[in-house]
Amino acid sequence: MSANIVTIRSLSKIYQQGDINVTALDKISLDIASGEFLSLMGPSGSGKSTLLHIIAGIDRPTKGECRVQGIDVAKLNESQLADWRNQNVGFVFQTFNLIPVLTAYENVELPLLLTRMNRAERRKQVETALEIVGLADRAKHLPKQLSGGQEQRVAIARALVTDPALVVADEPTGNLDSHSAQEVLGVLRTLSHDAGKTVIMVTHDPKAAAFGSRQIHLEKGELSK
Amino acid sequence: MALPLNYSLRNALVRWRSTIATVLGIALVVFVFVLLQSLAAGIEKSSSNTGDPRNIMVVRKGSTAESASLISRQTLTEIRYFEEIARNENGEPIISADVLVLASLPRRDGSGEANVLLRGVTARGLELRPQVKISEGRWFEAGKREIVVSAKLAKRFANFDIGQSFKTGSATFTVVGWLEGGGSAFDSECWLDADECLSTFERDMYSSFLIQPSDEGAGEKLIARIEADRRFKLKAEKEVEYYRKQTMTAAPIKWLGGFLAVMMSVGAVFAAMNTMYAAVGARTREIGTLRVLGFRRRSVVAALLLEGGLLALVGGVLGCAIAFYWNGYTTATMGMETFSEIVFEFRVTPKLVVEGLVFAFIVGLIGTLFPAIRAARLPVILALKSI
Repeated sequence: MSANIVTIRSLSKIYQQGDINVTALDKISLDIASGEFLSLMGPSGSGKSTLLHIIAGIDRPTKGECRVQGIDVAKLNESQLADWRNQNVGFVFQTFNLIPVLTAYENVELPLLLTRMNRAERRKQVETALEIVGLADRAKHLPKQLSGGQEQRVAIARALVTDPALVVADEPTGNLDSHSAQEVLGVLRTLSHDAGKTVIMVTHDPKAAAFGSRQIHLEKGELSK
Repeated sequence: MALPLNYSLRNALVRWRSTIATVLGIALVVFVFVLLQSLAAGIEKSSSNTGDPRNIMVVRKGSTAESASLISRQTLTEIRYFEEIARNENGEPIISADVLVLASLPRRDGSGEANVLLRGVTARGLELRPQVKISEGRWFEAGKREIVVSAKLAKRFANFDIGQSFKTGSATFTVVGWLEGGGSAFDSECWLDADECLSTFERDMYSSFLIQPSDEGAGEKLIARIEADRRFKLKAEKEVEYYRKQTMTAAPIKWLGGFLAVMMSVGAVFAAMNTMYAAVGARTREIGTLRVLGFRRRSVVAALLLEGGLLALVGGVLGCAIAFYWNGYTTATMGMETFSEIVFEFRVTPKLVVEGLVFAFIVGLIGTLFPAIRAARLPVILALKSI
């Protein structure tokens, strides 16, 4: 394994629910190596999605430090975070989160609209990303014209189109049948093994977790093993 | 970087029912606004079409309109020999002393009576207003109880067909012709011989003088001379300037148009707001996703504003198109200057169309602004968790 892409030290996240403080993450320390396919497991409410969101820069820790590629993500302001996410992180959601009124091609192209790429460069990137997930022939389809598995593969193409170092996936197979789940997990593993991307995947499913090169478990906001 | 235009356009099309409701609401507001303003524009145009830039109009000082002005025969005798006044080939000064009288006459549809402006004119008066032409029949003859009525008024008043007669004052007049004023204020008048008018209505005063000066310099001198002479107590100004000021009638219509538009636009803003709140509410997670992908708050706000603005523009175009259907339609109202029936056309001008579209766009933007800001302010993590 190469150098760490993610370094987490004494990370805590405490939510306020009325008068009660709920500890979602409790002083977690964790290193994730570059190119690793990490499966993050745990029961509901264990804090695994919260950890993923903090690493991806869409939530902020209450205490502690989370460095991604040496950058303390929590110290970036909203605009800096938006740019950082666009350039460094690809997202895959359980519910795919494609924009329903845009075609597969347009959905994949979205993150590139925030770069300085011209139209031709964007086209090349989008076509490559769709080819990687095996959906080049579905470019003009709207999400509703695709199966769940295809939608998730379009979402993966969108996640990798900017060539980010880190891909985060939150229950990416949670809404898929077993065949589609296998396809999606295969694509994520390929990204890690062949393209050298760091993939962090949150999952309940041990079979899905087995696709990862490492598994860690969270229990009540703490790492259990 | 802004979100693609396709995103805003297609989102508006996807929820077509609420889109149509919003578009129709805004179209109605713009339609009312443009139509009422086109009424005012028609009245203003009617006044501004009247008059020759060379001619000088003379009325009594303090009178707001010809019909409220009185000038003695003695004054005419004195003024007509001023050397600044042009003369025709017979050496006669080109000055028309007109008599204006209001007559209450029955409407053609039997809905009661309305005031009509009768203008007693001389032969010089006809020469000074070449834009007034006979469309049917002939001009009246001096010394006879004949009258020429506006073709547009003829459609609105009883006994105004050629050959018919009506009684007014102490006499009965026969309609011998229809006049066309070329979209001017004369389209709302009936013309007869000035002397007949004086005797019928037992008047010994004229209402106004219309004078053609020998040249522009003479015109300026004439105005100064008449205004300066304390014996006359007259107001002289260019005929076009006089009619330009006669637009009081348009003021309340313009005001009403503006008032109704403001009132209705409040409703339209809420309609647009309702649509956009619903649209934004249904797309909270989508907006969260866009933010996760790196789109900034302002991009999301801009895309939603564009969506609302586009809807409103479509409504604006529709409203203008419906209002344009009435363009050129002739109607009448009571003139605030003369209290007589004035005939005019709805005039949907390019300026009004632009104003209608800008108005619609602003309504759309205001209606969208709050939902858009609310959507953009929602923390990303909460937006993503939205169902």
